[in-house]
Amino acid sequence: MHLVQQILFILLGGTAIYLFTKKVGSIRRNIMLGRDEQINDRPSERWRNVLLQALGQKKMFKRPVPALLHFAVYAGFIIINIEILEIFLDGILGKHRLFAPLIGGLYPILIGCFEILAVLVLVSCAIFLVRRNILKVRRLNMKELNGWPREDANLILITEIVLMSLFLTMNTADLVLQSRHYEHYTVTSIFWISGNFTSLFSGLSDTTLVGIERICWWLHIVGVFAFLNYLPYSKHLHILLAFPNAYFTRLEPQGEMDNMEAIQKEVLYMMRPELAPAAGAEQPAHQRFGAKDVMDLSWKNLMDAYSCTECGRCTASCPANITGKKLSPRKIMMDTRDRLEEVGKNIDKNKSFVDDGKSLVHDYITVEELRACTTCQACVEACPVGIEPLSIINELRRYLIMEESNAPQEWNLMSGNIENNMAPWKFSPDDRDAWALEMSGS
Amino acid sequence: MMIKSMAEYAANGEQPEVLFWVGCAGSFDQRAQKITKAFATILDKVGVKFAILGKEEMCNGDPARRSGNEFLFQMMAYNNIQTLNGYGIKKIVTACPHCFNILKNEYPALGGEYEVIHHTTFLQQLINEGRIRLKEGGSFKGKKITYHDSCYLGRGNGIYEAPREVLQALDVELVEMKRCRTNGMCCGAGGAQMFKEEEPGTTRVNFERSAEALDTGANIIAANCPFCTTMLTDGVKNKEKEDEVKVMDIAEMIAASLAE
Repeated sequence: MHLVQQILFILLGGTAIYLFTKKVGSIRRNIMLGRDEQINDRPSERWRNVLLQALGQKKMFKRPVPALLHFAVYAGFIIINIEILEIFLDGILGKHRLFAPLIGGLYPILIGCFEILAVLVLVSCAIFLVRRNILKVRRLNMKELNGWPREDANLILITEIVLMSLFLTMNTADLVLQSRHYEHYTVTSIFWISGNFTSLFSGLSDTTLVGIERICWWLHIVGVFAFLNYLPYSKHLHILLAFPNAYFTRLEPQGEMDNMEAIQKEVLYMMRPELAPAAGAEQPAHQRFGAKDVMDLSWKNLMDAYSCTECGRCTASCPANITGKKLSPRKIMMDTRDRLEEVGKNIDKNKSFVDDGKSLVHDYITVEELRACTTCQACVEACPVGIEPLSIINELRRYLIMEESNAPQEWNLMSGNIENNMAPWKFSPDDRDAWALEMSGS
Repeated sequence: MMIKSMAEYAANGEQPEVLFWVGCAGSFDQRAQKITKAFATILDKVGVKFAILGKEEMCNGDPARRSGNEFLFQMMAYNNIQTLNGYGIKKIVTACPHCFNILKNEYPALGGEYEVIHHTTFLQQLINEGRIRLKEGGSFKGKKITYHDSCYLGRGNGIYEAPREVLQALDVELVEMKRCRTNGMCCGAGGAQMFKEEEPGTTRVNFERSAEALDTGANIIAANCPFCTTMLTDGVKNKEKEDEVKVMDIAEMIAASLAE
């Protein structure tokens, strides 16, 4: 019986890890479809961001209530993984509570801590479900979440609650079996939480208890494997990508927009033709100005899209969204990811990308949304994991203006004025210092 | 009072202490011209040797770049950098956070490297150095004032305290809006929105922000940007509060409070 379980476990674990690795590889390939961008300066500042933003969740604490609940779930997730390690090793080696004899008196304390965390995770997830489905917190109930995104969020919360309940039930059954000195159930001290519930199981037979313990153990670890493979298809991928995303997040002032060197050079050659490369010299291949589709964005923009957990802090702080415009920075990230996934599937099917007549602009993100952005950077500031929706918006706007000449009439007038009068309004450049002359006269 | 241009300084073989970059709004917009004049008055009274570019100044290209027109931005930047470098400019002060952000953060990559300072920070320094002396019991003393963080000074460049310290120097009662500092809400003008109609929505961005400012019960909404000043003034008018509540640039408040 033990051997069968052992083989089954190894097969299952191996498959889960193989599938997960494969999917991670395809996400990595998708991210690499983006334009190259060198981000490797100032490593010490970058590691600092990983520690503060990703590990310490600094930006989450702008909203203390969800931050504390989230921190409980997150700490629980990380620390309970030590217990998963034991379960994993037990499964492979066909042992039971491998660590118990090794660390002796410390073991029940450790498990006790895990149990407390498990309860915190359980309670927090329950509160999260209430916030989403009963209190209907605005940013968690906007129309871009209709359908799969909403189900995804609830599914994750319910799964976490189930996993934690299985863990606690397993320990309770285990403790009763321990008290009966049944077979290999190593005697430990009472665990802090499950120890309070042993009376519930005391009337059950040994075999029933072993059955409960085994079923919980298996469901728990199968649940963990399933969750692992669910992650890359879910918004929940942020638990992994938050770390690299915090590392690669921008260190420049938020107000600074990326320079377009190709255009800088073109303007330079126009102003000073003697600097232009000789005709016939090798010209760099023309790159599209701005971004029409996901491949025109930087790989960091694409990693941002996979790192987004759709919490909506960006959208809740967006002045355009607050005043009822169609723009939602969260939707920009969701659209980018959806389109990237579609492009990825296209490549999987056709070996390389075959034009499907669609693009990120127009088919996913409309001109109206893009036009409404005031570039106020509230979305960038709000994101707990260092995502920059504004960077994508800027690139798409560049494409609209420079490749499609798609601008509202007022912007055409503005540009015309800047070009001809050196100011966005139609004033004579000669009057630029009129105010100074007035003052000098007085 | 004489306001000298860089060309005049150069003709005399002199260098000013600082170049005052006026910006398009400050040069042409009637409301913003008052801010420009207030700031120039302060510099003059305090004895800061400053110059303007005058007719040689051009739009820095911010609305072009933010709307997506990188070509136009690069052209404006090229010409401005030629002018600034031609005069050997080292230090620039400006009363517009959009000009400040572009000159400070976006010109260096194009060969224009200067020490750039926003006028609120400059005012704070002049106060701290004792160069600006304020009237005892000035007209803003004890007045309830709220301060609007502009996006490009606040979030864009992390400057939140300098303007508040200037206001504190006026002994005002500073009341914060619900959304302030890093959470501050945009006035609605940035990203070249100033120059076009808003997209359809439930309200206008400047109405939303002005309502929030009015909710504080402040008599004055202090701003640091000519575009915010315009947007908030319109928002206050929309609520028909323009008789009770004034929108003022911090420079105007200081200019009105200088010791004789």
